[in-house]
Amino acid sequence: MSILSLQNVSKSFGALTVSDDVSFDVPKGEALGIIGPNGAGKSTLFNLINGKFAPDRGRITFDGVDVTKVPPMQRCLAGVGRSFQIPQPFGNLTVFENLLVSATHGQGRSEREVTAECAAILEQTELMAVANTTAGTLSLLQRKRLELARAMATGPKLLLLDEIAGGLTEGECRSLIETIKSIHAGGITIIWIEHVLHALNSVVERLLVLDFGKVIGLGAPAEIMESREVREIYLGIDI
Amino acid sequence: MIQTHTYTVQTRTPASQLAAIGAAILLIVAVAVPLFASRSLIQDLFFILTMLTLAQFWNLLAGYGGLVSVGQQAFVGLGAYALFGAAILWGMDPVAALMLSGIAAAVVAVPTAFFAFRLQGAYFAIGTWVVAEVVRLSVAQWKAVGGGTGTSLPPDARDFWGVATVESLFDVRASAARDIVTYWLALALAVVTVGGIYWLLRTKRGLALAAVRDNIEAAKSVGVDAGRMKWLVFIVSAFGTGVAGGLIYLQKARISPDAAFSVTDWTAYVIFIVVIGGIGTIEGPIIGVLVFFALQSLLADFGSWYLMVLGGLGILVMLFAPRGLWGLISNKTGLQLFPIRRRLYPTPKK
Repeated sequence: MSILSLQNVSKSFGALTVSDDVSFDVPKGEALGIIGPNGAGKSTLFNLINGKFAPDRGRITFDGVDVTKVPPMQRCLAGVGRSFQIPQPFGNLTVFENLLVSATHGQGRSEREVTAECAAILEQTELMAVANTTAGTLSLLQRKRLELARAMATGPKLLLLDEIAGGLTEGECRSLIETIKSIHAGGITIIWIEHVLHALNSVVERLLVLDFGKVIGLGAPAEIMESREVREIYLGIDI
Repeated sequence: MIQTHTYTVQTRTPASQLAAIGAAILLIVAVAVPLFASRSLIQDLFFILTMLTLAQFWNLLAGYGGLVSVGQQAFVGLGAYALFGAAILWGMDPVAALMLSGIAAAVVAVPTAFFAFRLQGAYFAIGTWVVAEVVRLSVAQWKAVGGGTGTSLPPDARDFWGVATVESLFDVRASAARDIVTYWLALALAVVTVGGIYWLLRTKRGLALAAVRDNIEAAKSVGVDAGRMKWLVFIVSAFGTGVAGGLIYLQKARISPDAAFSVTDWTAYVIFIVVIGGIGTIEGPIIGVLVFFALQSLLADFGSWYLMVLGGLGILVMLFAPRGLWGLISNKTGLQLFPIRRRLYPTPKK
């Protein structure tokens, strides 16, 4: 059964079509990677899935429910967690409080009920050492980890990761991949937008290619990487 | 997932426990003040307590809700006029009418919010100011309470709840008894305000407020109902500001639209207090109101120089201590008198 289903979803800003008749299904428990050149409409797709934008046409179903017109807050409660491309921590709150606000409001539970869960996420995302540090003072890797941890704290069924490996060193990237793998192993469905292809391909089971808002490829990573469109886009090979 | 520790959350600090004891002693002394203090001291304390209440509510709006309102005088004036209206037209006891002051302000806050929440940042500030002016001009048309020139509290309304008792108990004149009763009411209002805001900030709604203040988009994406949080603080602040307004003019016993809706007295000074003391903290407005009162007393004889000194000082603090005097103190010492930080500690193994 698919946890997320997009049917003929389109979105334009004026004359610019950023999502063009996008349709795909994500089975429960899958890790799906999304690639495509800058401006292909990848982040827009996340904004459509998490409800920040409403599509002009088409239908979005999450966990069997039509959520096409549901705002972000309710989608979060339904189980859509999101990390932002540019980390957006609650800078004056501590790392632990960042998770606490996500867990209490994202799951509609009390602080007492979620404390142990937040602590477990802090350990899993290797943030326990900075639990009581204000989030505004964190390093880039820690901010990226906080994005991940905060999305996890909302108790997601589906986790949207937006270029979470971007800007990290090789070593940092490897350690983050391990964390993402452990989250995926826990049974959470992941959709991951990433330019760092080797990071992406070490985790995802399928790749989706976007270009000019259109889906131009969807399949196993090896197959997609070999395809003509991807080689054109990423390697600039003219065929 | 293997968990190696169990964890507990703590908000208390050693300083906060001392502060709680200090506050309890201070409160007992404050309640007993009318037993030994002069009338002018009681009036000064009334001024400090009511300004503190207004400052706490403005801080809740701007420091936590991110709603920089320049129109709080609308709610001060509405609260005051609701009290005068109820006393003059219905013969209601002014102390009972204080509740009406809050309700009137909260009711007008609903359409104000509906309109002003469509505006962001500086436009929101200007929008609230415009609304306050509209309310002032409308109230100035209300002939029953004196129209544009204002009116005084009728003699029988001056003998409000508690005055006769205090008069006979303390053996003072009615005017002094009124000051004592209004002082106690101001003390109660300030304590409920500070206590209530502190309580709010320690609930999960308080966390949500802080999250909305820091990053509204991210707050929405983790399930925080940002719109509802803004409504909550706006309506609660309007209610509290309205009650304070009613109380301030009950003590003055004379009202006019220009005074009750004064942007300088009820918003500019209040912003000064919060900014000087430290925005986004409960301690800030407490320090700010004391500094403000000291400056006002010191510079009382210097006319308009007084305002220029206030303005200059406000600019200096904004430039060199953007988190106010309390920000400086707590940065240096890590002190928190009203701790809201949730700190996570491993539970010691038994």
